[in-house]
Amino acid sequence: MTPRTIFIEAAYILASILFILGLRSLTIPDKARRGMQLAALGMLVAIIGTVVNHEIVRYEWILAGLALGTLIGYPLGVYVPMTAMPQRIAISHMFGAVAATLVGVAEFYALRQGADVTRPQMAALGFEVLFGALTITGSFMAFGKLQELLPSKPVTFPGQNLVSIAMFATAVGLFVWLLVDPANPVAFYAMVALALVFGISLVLPIGGADMPVVISLLNSYAGLASSATGFAIGNNVLIIAGALDGASGFILSIIMSKAMNRSFANVLFGAFGAAPKSSAKTSEGLTVRAITPEDAAIQLGFARQVIVVPGYGMAVAQAQHQVRELASLIEKNGGSVLYAIHPVAGRMPGHMNVLLAEADVPYDKLKEMEEINDEFKNADVALVIGANDVVNPAARSDKGSPIYGMPILNVDQAKQVIVLKRSMNPGFAGIENELFYAQNTAMLFGDAKASLAKLVHEVKQG
Amino acid sequence: MHGETSSLLELYVFILAGFVGFFTITRVPALLHTPLMSATNAISAISLVGSLVLAGADRGMLPTILGFVAVTSATINVVGGFIITDRMLKMFKRADKRPPPAQGAAGGGAK
Repeated sequence: MTPRTIFIEAAYILASILFILGLRSLTIPDKARRGMQLAALGMLVAIIGTVVNHEIVRYEWILAGLALGTLIGYPLGVYVPMTAMPQRIAISHMFGAVAATLVGVAEFYALRQGADVTRPQMAALGFEVLFGALTITGSFMAFGKLQELLPSKPVTFPGQNLVSIAMFATAVGLFVWLLVDPANPVAFYAMVALALVFGISLVLPIGGADMPVVISLLNSYAGLASSATGFAIGNNVLIIAGALDGASGFILSIIMSKAMNRSFANVLFGAFGAAPKSSAKTSEGLTVRAITPEDAAIQLGFARQVIVVPGYGMAVAQAQHQVRELASLIEKNGGSVLYAIHPVAGRMPGHMNVLLAEADVPYDKLKEMEEINDEFKNADVALVIGANDVVNPAARSDKGSPIYGMPILNVDQAKQVIVLKRSMNPGFAGIENELFYAQNTAMLFGDAKASLAKLVHEVKQG
Repeated sequence: MHGETSSLLELYVFILAGFVGFFTITRVPALLHTPLMSATNAISAISLVGSLVLAGADRGMLPTILGFVAVTSATINVVGGFIITDRMLKMFKRADKRPPPAQGAAGGGAK
């Protein structure tokens, strides 16, 4: 080992340690920020360790790439609003996958179109470009849906799953062929192309409410692609960082799937939103009770214990600041306010927490589902803001409902329920929500932000 | 240099790192799942390391250009990813560590 390789390896080991410590710090909210700054330092160390590599002989392209990347990355870090976090994360999965895939393709090309590629290396390159390519297009589709450039409803056509599976099987077949005979550029590039198309067909039929699972899964794939890059170029820090990312995405996808009481396969191939309405319950013969902001404000003004249940509707209306303002008033009147966060509320894991933290809600008031579900029966008012399926009692009682078995927030057990909702349109799953027709439920119709502003005004008056 | 023994060693590293990741990340509270995702995304932009070598190794025009695009993409995630993670984590405060609320305090009165 030359001093130079010792320096490089030492930098990589230090970086790996700092990455792991950084992730560990995320288990303790008060230490998370400092820990992640250490991880960023680790990244810097790894970059410095790399640029002294003897293989690097010219720097102009490196500097150009670093400069351009910083120019694009800085605004993506500083200016993107918290409400846009799901699409921001989706597009960053794409960038990560682009880097991994291009390294894989260039590696294959530079090793005389595969003629100099050994079998273990081909295995690594194959995984790298397969995971990478499907993540590029899959993440881009997810971004398009979340940014509403594409319809967020599932797009389906007959035989879609069959076509998708056939494409994937062909790509895997080409991979196996390449393992036998790596010097086969046609098979290699065809595999990349198929994986790209497969990424599109994978995300196209997935609807908005299933995005938390898809984003987590793509997160995992992007990590695995990075890890495979590490195998392909023989670099351990890539393997480690990619494995951490892969594990994280995998765990999050499991948590999200469980919170919807569905399997991966069902999310990916089920096209939930397109399923016919099979709910046993209909709204016929039932009436909802509408409430005016004045009456709702009186209830809130007298409430001792209020639980706020935010959903995607709060994010869409960007109403988190008004929520916080209303909570401050209730607290000033001597009431207490807690927030019940369902794991799949919003469009990505933890989305609601970030929005409420942005509005200055202290994080010890943000309660996970298991933590708060027993509290609802003591609550004077449960204030549901743009949430629907995650508070639908049919998940507990109605075996015919598509969401039967999904863990929900026990909002219906609160003494009074006020639901802020734009209109009586059913939620994403197209299922009627019994909660809205319950005796103790009142509906406050209108844009969440406007309704909350009125409530704030009225509570102030009171 | 890249024989079968080293491939096997790399597999060890991968599996062990996967375990470390699994046991660490299962303990991250749901509260921080969004920052977790942006953090792991920033960290896995370490593929920048591979991209840098590709862009600077002078192995021909095509690999260099692919390397340049890869360096750009990975740098976007490194810079943007760590900044946005920090921005999010900065917002999470406990009740006792938070400055008194500016909003809502001015108007209204006790019932």
